[in-house]
Amino acid sequence: MAVNLQTLSKHEDLLSGGHRACAGCTGSNILRQIMLTAGRDTVVGGATGCMEVVTTIFPYTAWKTPFIHSAFENCAATVSGAETAFRALKKRGELPVPREKINFIAFGGDGGTYDIGLQSLSGAMERGHNMLYVCYDNEAYMNTGIQRSGATPFGAHTSTAPAGKVKQGKDRHRKDLTKIMVAHNIPYVAQSTPFHWKDLQMKVQKALDVDGPAFINVLMPCTVGWGFDPALGMELAKMATDCNFWPLFEVENGEYKLTYKPKADRTPIVEWLKTQVRFKHLFKPGNEGLIEEIQRWVDDEQRKLLKLCGEA
Amino acid sequence: MKQIYVGLTGNEAVATAFKQARPHVAPAFPITPQTEMMHKFADFVADGAVDTEMILVESEHSAMSAAIGSAATGARTFTATSSAGFALMWEVVYIAASLRLPICMPVVNRALSGNINIHNDHSDAMGGRDAGWIQLWCENTQEAYDHALMCWRIAEHKDVRLPVMINYDGFIISHTSESLHILPDEDAWKFIGPKDLKTGYSLLDMDHPITVGPLDLTDYYFEHKVSQIEALKRAPKYIAEVYKEFGQLTGRHYSFFEEYRTDDADLVIVALGSTAGTAKDVIDAQREKGVKVGLLKIHMFRPFPAVELAKALSKAKVVGVMDKSASFGGWGGPLFNEIRSALYDLPARPKIHNWIYGLGGRDTDTKQIVALIEQLQAIAKGREAETVNLLGVRL
Repeated sequence: MAVNLQTLSKHEDLLSGGHRACAGCTGSNILRQIMLTAGRDTVVGGATGCMEVVTTIFPYTAWKTPFIHSAFENCAATVSGAETAFRALKKRGELPVPREKINFIAFGGDGGTYDIGLQSLSGAMERGHNMLYVCYDNEAYMNTGIQRSGATPFGAHTSTAPAGKVKQGKDRHRKDLTKIMVAHNIPYVAQSTPFHWKDLQMKVQKALDVDGPAFINVLMPCTVGWGFDPALGMELAKMATDCNFWPLFEVENGEYKLTYKPKADRTPIVEWLKTQVRFKHLFKPGNEGLIEEIQRWVDDEQRKLLKLCGEA
Repeated sequence: MKQIYVGLTGNEAVATAFKQARPHVAPAFPITPQTEMMHKFADFVADGAVDTEMILVESEHSAMSAAIGSAATGARTFTATSSAGFALMWEVVYIAASLRLPICMPVVNRALSGNINIHNDHSDAMGGRDAGWIQLWCENTQEAYDHALMCWRIAEHKDVRLPVMINYDGFIISHTSESLHILPDEDAWKFIGPKDLKTGYSLLDMDHPITVGPLDLTDYYFEHKVSQIEALKRAPKYIAEVYKEFGQLTGRHYSFFEEYRTDDADLVIVALGSTAGTAKDVIDAQREKGVKVGLLKIHMFRPFPAVELAKALSKAKVVGVMDKSASFGGWGGPLFNEIRSALYDLPARPKIHNWIYGLGGRDTDTKQIVALIEQLQAIAKGREAETVNLLGVRL
């Protein structure tokens, strides 16, 4: 399917305005973009987290499609139940309204996906449910107050791994959840950002078209947790890709492919780090090594990815 | 109606009843002693005896979560668990009831860890007694089968819409072959009937989208909890109706609790589950000797039939409540607490004492029940006794 603005502009916006997301939140933008492509015949599941909380404060809901939330760690399992029920009801001709296909999309933040929900996600992917899981990765537990998660980058200040007199934020690099999902041998895995709207829409379309489970990890710059001007969210998503911190790629049936080729003279990571308060302490005298370590890690990861993509 | 006389374990009997209910979806995760129930059900699916979609999840937490997702669409849904598995799903057990989803779940009762122990006591189900589910308890394989048929009618009733937990003792009932009467498939189906997919809401009604499980804060949460409390208050009426209809159909008559030789009883034992069977044998022998002792066996623990129980126990001199679980640091076991509270408003209360027994599957033989009755006799004659006692333990 060709993704273009002209077509998308005619699609229905399925997430109402008036939800309670922060000014400058890129998460609600991710949801809206994904729903533009997914369309009305979509059942959405949300893990406990920012996007669930801001879109469903009773008696209001921002969702124009069916939506279900049950808990933090079980979004994939919950949606797998709904998806199975769809097949079971359809088989017996008992659907409330006849549909040949319904999209099932589960959303979770990085806490609900990298950490507490990983088991439930792994199980659902392994079982082969026809569902798309989208992780909106803002790199910490933002909903509960910016605590460190398995997705928090090295050196970032969080409320549970703060920068102080003797510690300099998180002392480990993030885990590679996208690769963990690739290791499930599911038909489609990808990374994207809300800035790269065309890339994201293409990936959502592909993910919904495959027969079986799909996973997309979407970087979600968080104005509150990262500490930047609310106007700059999209710019930071773009920069994260340009400095190879968040490369855009997809893995179709195990085949890696870069979907955005950064320039050979990529932006140094320090330029991206500078934009965010969570990395401020890295610029104190004596912490130069920490920035070098982040650059070393980014370069290493990029080298490995390019090799996987046959671009090395 | 012609019934079929067969020999089955409790697990096989419940799996048979669930096959006859033709559920749409069954998430399952193995834990002893529930395992065999899901094996048997999986055999039915593999042989095409029922077309249920099983979801073979990676944990009990996901089993209940998937059950929630499924039941929210309107699909008839069950899972089953025991012990630590029940404890692991505890968070979502509450959510299933809060979302008013008519999920049915056998809890094949087993001791909680630690230390790890696979045998029967009631600590698992008692941990979930306030979760908002209807809790029904069974004495033997026949009762487990019957309740596994009736639970659907109760859970799915439009004025109830609550999940139902069927408790039967691990190994003692789950793995013991007993003879029982089962209904032919078509008669069972006639009794249970198809899930009403027209009433209520469905997550799959794409023309009328709903949001399930929203954030519910200080301005509405309390009212929603009250609606759960009210639903549980309404439930006994419909449970009684289902019991009555089932009795007319099968000749097996159930009520919130069974009174066994209590009419003129001075001493009444109160128990849940398979211990009731042992107690009945002992009571018969004691009656031969002229001891006026009876048994009150509870089927419906949630909602708790306090008023009816108080009335039933009002004529007794001494009540001995048997708890197969400990409430650590509490004043007696959970069943004792409920019964004692129910009796408080009686103008003349019987004496009431508690015996904690059988933890971790410690065998509860007839000698222990005889000893308990002897203590009840002594208390009736005025002997002082501890309020909370232990039975069958080395001290």
